[in-house]
Amino acid sequence: MSTTVHVDVTVNGERREADVEARLLLVHWLRDQLGLTGTHVGCDTTNCGACTVHLNGEAVKSCTLLTAQADGGEVTTIEGLSGGDGLHPVQAAFMDKHGLQCGFCTPGMIMAAADLLARNPNPSDEEIRHGLEGNLCRCTGYHNIVEAVKSAAGQGVSA
Amino acid sequence: MTASVGTPLRRKEDPRMITGRGRYTEDINLPGALHAMIVRSPEAHAAITSIDTSAALERDGVVAVLTGEDMASDFAGPLPMVWAPPGVEIKTPEHWPLKRGQVKHVGDPVAVVVATTRHGAVDAAEDVIVEYDPRPAVVDPEAALEAGSPLVWDEFGTNKTHEWAIGGGDIDAGLAEGEVTVEHRFVNHRTSGAPIEPRCSIGEVRGDKLTLYSTTQIPHIARFVFSGMLGIPEDQLRVIAPDVGGGFGAKLQTYGEEALVLALAKRLGRPVKWVETRSEHMTTSHHGRDQINYVTLAAKRDGTITGLKVRIVADLGAYQQLLTPFIPELGFPVMGGCYRIPNIDLHFTGVFTNKMATDAIRGAGRPEATYWIELMMDRLADELGMDRLELRRKNFIPSGEFPFETALGIVYDSGNYEGTLDKLLEHFDVDEFRSEQERLRGEGVLRGVGFSTWVEVCGLAPSRAVGPQGVGLQAAFWESANVRVTPTGSAIVYTGTSPHGQGLDTSFAQIAGDILGIDPANVDVHHGDTDQGTWGWDTYGSRSLAVGGEAIVRAAQRVQDKAKRICAAMLEAAPEDIELTDGKYQVRGSPDRSMTMAEISGAAHIPPNELPADIEPGLEESAFYDPENFVFPFGAHACVVEVDAETGKVKVVRYVAVDDCGPAINPMLIDGQVHGGVVHAIGQALYEQVVYDEDGQLVTGTFVDYALPTAAEIPPIESDRTETPSPVNTLGVKGIGEAGTIAATPAVAAAVLDALRPLGVTELDMPMTPMRVWQAIQAAGNGGRPSAGPRDTEQGRSLDEQGKGSAGSGPAVPPEGGAA
Repeated sequence: MSTTVHVDVTVNGERREADVEARLLLVHWLRDQLGLTGTHVGCDTTNCGACTVHLNGEAVKSCTLLTAQADGGEVTTIEGLSGGDGLHPVQAAFMDKHGLQCGFCTPGMIMAAADLLARNPNPSDEEIRHGLEGNLCRCTGYHNIVEAVKSAAGQGVSA
Repeated sequence: MTASVGTPLRRKEDPRMITGRGRYTEDINLPGALHAMIVRSPEAHAAITSIDTSAALERDGVVAVLTGEDMASDFAGPLPMVWAPPGVEIKTPEHWPLKRGQVKHVGDPVAVVVATTRHGAVDAAEDVIVEYDPRPAVVDPEAALEAGSPLVWDEFGTNKTHEWAIGGGDIDAGLAEGEVTVEHRFVNHRTSGAPIEPRCSIGEVRGDKLTLYSTTQIPHIARFVFSGMLGIPEDQLRVIAPDVGGGFGAKLQTYGEEALVLALAKRLGRPVKWVETRSEHMTTSHHGRDQINYVTLAAKRDGTITGLKVRIVADLGAYQQLLTPFIPELGFPVMGGCYRIPNIDLHFTGVFTNKMATDAIRGAGRPEATYWIELMMDRLADELGMDRLELRRKNFIPSGEFPFETALGIVYDSGNYEGTLDKLLEHFDVDEFRSEQERLRGEGVLRGVGFSTWVEVCGLAPSRAVGPQGVGLQAAFWESANVRVTPTGSAIVYTGTSPHGQGLDTSFAQIAGDILGIDPANVDVHHGDTDQGTWGWDTYGSRSLAVGGEAIVRAAQRVQDKAKRICAAMLEAAPEDIELTDGKYQVRGSPDRSMTMAEISGAAHIPPNELPADIEPGLEESAFYDPENFVFPFGAHACVVEVDAETGKVKVVRYVAVDDCGPAINPMLIDGQVHGGVVHAIGQALYEQVVYDEDGQLVTGTFVDYALPTAAEIPPIESDRTETPSPVNTLGVKGIGEAGTIAATPAVAAAVLDALRPLGVTELDMPMTPMRVWQAIQAAGNGGRPSAGPRDTEQGRSLDEQGKGSAGSGPAVPPEGGAA
């Protein structure tokens, strides 16, 4: 298991190079080696979506990608979503609409919602619910998550 | 400054969580930490014949590979079970973090590998070779009670763990008085708590002191238990629950892995971290529910209920964890529901099987009870030919009769059951629904509605009622708070509860802020660290607000009293003339003579000459509050579903919840708790089930097989409230964390049965999956075509006629004697 791979990835706007184990999942590189612990792991089977990040502008589940697959790409995590000091509209809407409780699924849910709105700026309730079905939440019953995404949709979220 | 209590203040917890700056246990990486991976049994029941650790030990980075035998002297005692009901023996096998000799369920831990990296530990764990001599496993709790069943524990000579009974009135007379009797067997199947954050524990040693960081709901109880297990004084163990990613009861436990990382840290002198995989969670984080309920309900022709008899067989799994045998009984105080039932008789039988232990999962004993109470009310109404809601109204304990002592000797503190039902019907027009239902049936669309008018018991708990001399828990359930005002007028509130997603940092700040005259933005709520603040009994049983909140009220009130004395001295007025108005302490009638809390606290910390010497410096008070009674939230819920008769798929179309948890501290948080609780119950009713096959192999080990509801399956949850204050505490509050889960399963199940009525389906066990629904439709014999009128199929049929042959049905009378 000593095979290593050199990767060169832009993470939250910062270029990061590393020699990583070929089998290292992207989520473990982000969490354990770059210290970006906002991205969470909730399952072993790519069902829960807590690990959702953006790779080259699209939402991906970072537990199902090898770090090597991100080589040459751009990764955005929850820590880098707003791109500055303020909040991304989806982050602000989650707080305003009480779209989170324990907060564990929240980073992945926000990253998935931001991606959804980037692709479909004015989704229907049904489109929001289907758009987020790859992300599990045990606390909110999804009601206020949907409300948050609707609220953010009115605020011109772009990719 | 206007009052904050009652307003939907946005959460203080959120800014860190929406930006990825929460700190959950797995986020903590201590310098020099080692990683533990546990080797678990693939067998449901077996003798361990050999363990070969040599290959694992040869791997790079492996620091230790230890078996149960190796660690036998690391623990002064086994994992505890804390229920000792007076006069009842509960069979309790020794339960160690690593097993010696035999394994009793799939996932039972047999060895631990410790390595410098997590990947290294995982690799090495695969190299540990364990040989097993399999033994027969028993997985069905009723089969386990039969003579000749394989035994989980030979030494007990039976799989029966205990029997417990309680009753009131005269059940024989009550049943004899009934002119109509309905009987039914219900299955409350096994579920998983499944918080999205799996468990994680880190043990750290610094000098003589151990620290446990853990995904726990119960840091104080954990310190109490694990200091004992490790044979060290309590002062040498600190337990920290950082941000915890949901619990739902699954983290209301003292787990072997927590003891293990502490023992390993102590043994190896380095931090040791263990992270649960989801598969491990499904296998070895305790499960919930898993009861079979035999219920008999008798009534007069006019609908007056005369008697209720219940026999419960509870599958406890292979071990007794912290509260395992007590969970079925925890529902007993509300087993008469919100109805006046003069004669009640309850009997519980616990059973060992070769499965993971069951214990508290959101609602814990009360969802199981509500499920059969409410479905029995439907059955009784149908048998009587009465409207289902009319029957409920006829038997409601009237709002004018509270506090009301039930036949079981439980005093319901407050209630207005007609009020929540009336409010529900303002949102849900039954007549309109019925005509829509009829119209849709004509189009081949099957819609149904189900109702649940429920009551629960929470605010755990009056210590004397549930403690060693009461029900027999070897614990108490008061709560504590410490409220401190800093020299510049901020407040620090320490609570003995341990929130893990409920938003109590916010609602507790609202409560304390209003009493102190400090903006909640400047009230910082601390919890989850046994080295800070007062001792407490942690978070479960919807107790944090009703018990922990009241402790904060009392401590904050004491601080306010002292602040008034300081203010009075400074302003040369009498303390009783000082009033708190708009955030200022002022002399009554003289608004120009006032002080802010910052000025008062400044004087308390740097005393000026005007302050009399008999006023102690500082501004800090504690309170310990033991409630005199439980609290009893209640409500009325309606669920509408649509069933696809060709595929058996159930879709929840509408859900309306009217709850009463007393006056709102933060209505936004209440709605959030209701949404989540209801959806948890929808999951239980329609999708989620922990399944073991007949050999005891777990079939549902991942989120692929164990289906949590997603946003796509769930409609918006409509919620409203009434406010009936509890007389038990100053705020008048009750709990809301478990309410939705307690309320909703019967509403969902009744809705499915109502939709299926035209097809002749009259019973169906949860989870009502497409396969089960489809099979029930086929068994009813008409392949999905609507048949006779809705009421015809059920009228006048007794259990003997309809109770046989359906999936999971068994004998109409439980095997009371068992295999003792």
